[in-house]
Amino acid sequence: MNDMRKIERDVHMTDLKIKARGVNVHYGETHAIKDVDVDIVDKTVTAFIGPSGCGKSTFLRCLNRMNDTISICRVTGQIEIDGRDINDRAVDPVQLRAQVGMVFQKPNPFPKSIYDNIAYGPRIHGLTKSKAELDEIVEKSLRRGAIWDEVKDRLNDSGTSLSGGQQQRLCIARAIATQPEVLLMDEPCSALDPIATAQVEELIDELRRDYSVVIVTHSMQQAARVSQKTAFFHLGHLVEFNNTGEIFTNPQDSRTESYITGRIG
Amino acid sequence: MTDTTNAAGAPRGQSAADLVAASLKRRHRKQVWLQAIGIGAISIAFTMLFILVMSLVSTGWQAFTQTHVTLDVYVDPAEVPVERLPRGGFADVAGASLGAMLPDVDMTDRATARSVRNILSNGAQFHLRDLVVADPGLIGRTVTIKVPVSDPFDQLNKGLIDRDTPNEFRRVKNNEIAWFDALQDQGAISKPFNWALFTNADSRFPELAGLKGALVGSFWALLVCFLIAFPLGIGAAIYLEEFAPKNKISDLIEVNINNLAAVPSVVFGLLALAVFIGWFGLPRSAPFVGGLALALMTMPTIIIATRAALKAVPPSIREAALGLGASRQQVVFQHVLPLAMPGILTGTIIGLAQALGETAPLLLIGMNAFITSAASSPFDSATALPTQIFIWADSPERGFVSRTSAAILVLLGFLVMMNGIAIYLRQKFERKW
Ligand SMILES: Nc1ncnc2c1ncn2[C@@H]1O[C@H](COP(=O)(O)OP(=O)(O)O)[C@@H](O)[C@H]1O
Ligand SMILES: [Mg+2]
Repeated sequence: MNDMRKIERDVHMTDLKIKARGVNVHYGETHAIKDVDVDIVDKTVTAFIGPSGCGKSTFLRCLNRMNDTISICRVTGQIEIDGRDINDRAVDPVQLRAQVGMVFQKPNPFPKSIYDNIAYGPRIHGLTKSKAELDEIVEKSLRRGAIWDEVKDRLNDSGTSLSGGQQQRLCIARAIATQPEVLLMDEPCSALDPIATAQVEELIDELRRDYSVVIVTHSMQQAARVSQKTAFFHLGHLVEFNNTGEIFTNPQDSRTESYITGRIG
Repeated sequence: MTDTTNAAGAPRGQSAADLVAASLKRRHRKQVWLQAIGIGAISIAFTMLFILVMSLVSTGWQAFTQTHVTLDVYVDPAEVPVERLPRGGFADVAGASLGAMLPDVDMTDRATARSVRNILSNGAQFHLRDLVVADPGLIGRTVTIKVPVSDPFDQLNKGLIDRDTPNEFRRVKNNEIAWFDALQDQGAISKPFNWALFTNADSRFPELAGLKGALVGSFWALLVCFLIAFPLGIGAAIYLEEFAPKNKISDLIEVNINNLAAVPSVVFGLLALAVFIGWFGLPRSAPFVGGLALALMTMPTIIIATRAALKAVPPSIREAALGLGASRQQVVFQHVLPLAMPGILTGTIIGLAQALGETAPLLLIGMNAFITSAASSPFDSATALPTQIFIWADSPERGFVSRTSAAILVLLGFLVMMNGIAIYLRQKFERKW
């Protein structure tokens, strides 16, 4: 734990954004998530930590119904965003995903221009009426993604021509461009070098002002640095969920303690 | 290393490094063997290819030139009266002027006159006729024409008829050789590039026979094949790969498509004969029907290639688009399909190249008919390149031997070109994600 400064930060906002109750996920016979309850607060960063294969990604993907795309995956239980059940038949996953953006483990820019990468979401959702408006969104998103200065002169270059860290910030900017309310990030720094990681972490802290951010990470230091709330998963169970400072300084469960002291995982 | 409780379980006194060193020699030997076998296989394949191409070139190259004779023809108004055009004694006037160039011939002798006229290709009189019909003012004047000689003299000029063969066994008799040599001495004989090979349709006379009809027929057939197989194949592949539920039925369909790709092409020809010609009453020998049969054959190839290309698009791209809220249809048409297009086009071109060389289904639907004009629509009778080769290979005239090889070379040229385009596309659009 190199940097414990942010752990002490208090969580002021307590508006509930996402409320999950009794969530179970099966991949065929595999029971990947077991009866998980989580409350995710608005305008905070919530970190999911836990050993590899414990179900962090699976749970994260429940929140924007990305698991729908896996045919063998079955999700039960209740997940509400702003009080609305996202698994309701009336909810279109397309609409949900516009509201709940996602950033993936491996940077995955489209093999299109930087501009088109950002403009894609606003275009398909019809968020803009004119080219000027779209230009504005692109610039705003790239600025929020902390990558504007690096790409402003090469918006027509391919997104895949950027470095790994730049690609990931481009993907974050792309997710922001659809103006989501929740941003899900699945190990966004695992493919990045330390400098790019620091840039992305800074960005995440910045994003907290406007979004509710849920980040999966295998690095406890990272969870400590960027999050206010931390959930510890183990073998599909949510073992402990508390303010980040509490989890790291005063874990209640022995498994949490073993994990953060490096004995499991 | 004297540690006897070696973790790798090596015998006493031998370290792992020693064992590795001992095995190296054996491994190297195996590698050398493998390489040698590989190089041997490639050499054999290339030798075969070389022999094939060389044998084609050695017989075919002669067909790319054609012996011509240059004549000054006096268009005698007595033989070609203006009021009878387009009919007239064009063969006679051409023969007369040829006879005038030869020593000691008595053109009043009808047999001799006929022999002299036979030096010229049957097409010569029509060439002259077309000139005169286009400009009747030529009647009564002398025109210089350059016309093909008939096949035996072409063979003689190309050295394919042996002058040492006894006269009675030789196609071209001693006196005819003397005539030809006389013409040659006067500088009237030339051997230019045989444009007729590409600008003429089929003919019973080898010196007039060309591939235009076959090229046009193949073009129509491939066009029909492409217009049908490409959209249907891609549509089927997209549905199967991206939308169809994965269950027993889709498995069954998949197996059947793969089987379809292995069905002998003659079966598709029989099907086309029975269904398109038998039931629907479409015309025989038409490139449209040929194209339909070829489309049936090409579709599985395109479906398989398209599915492979769709599969090769990394899932991360789909996830990225889905995560932004793109619908499945948007993911497919805005991201996956454009990225898969080079692979799809490559597969399509290779499928079309196969279709271009396909003979059996076209024989069954009658595209091996003797047709002396190029088709002007896909519903006219026509031949195709491979069936034209089939027809020529079956023709008894000597001139068709080299023309058959030449036609095969032309077909191979198209195949190489199409595969070249496929390779070019593949390399140009090869992506690294
Ligand atoms: N697409 C899938 N198909 C089948 N099983 C899966 C799939 N994705 C994840 N799993 C299983 O679900 C469990 C949780 O995986 P995951 O959520 O990826 O773990 P984490 O992100 O915490 O490393 C693992 O046991 C994994 O094998
Ligand atoms: Mg994961």
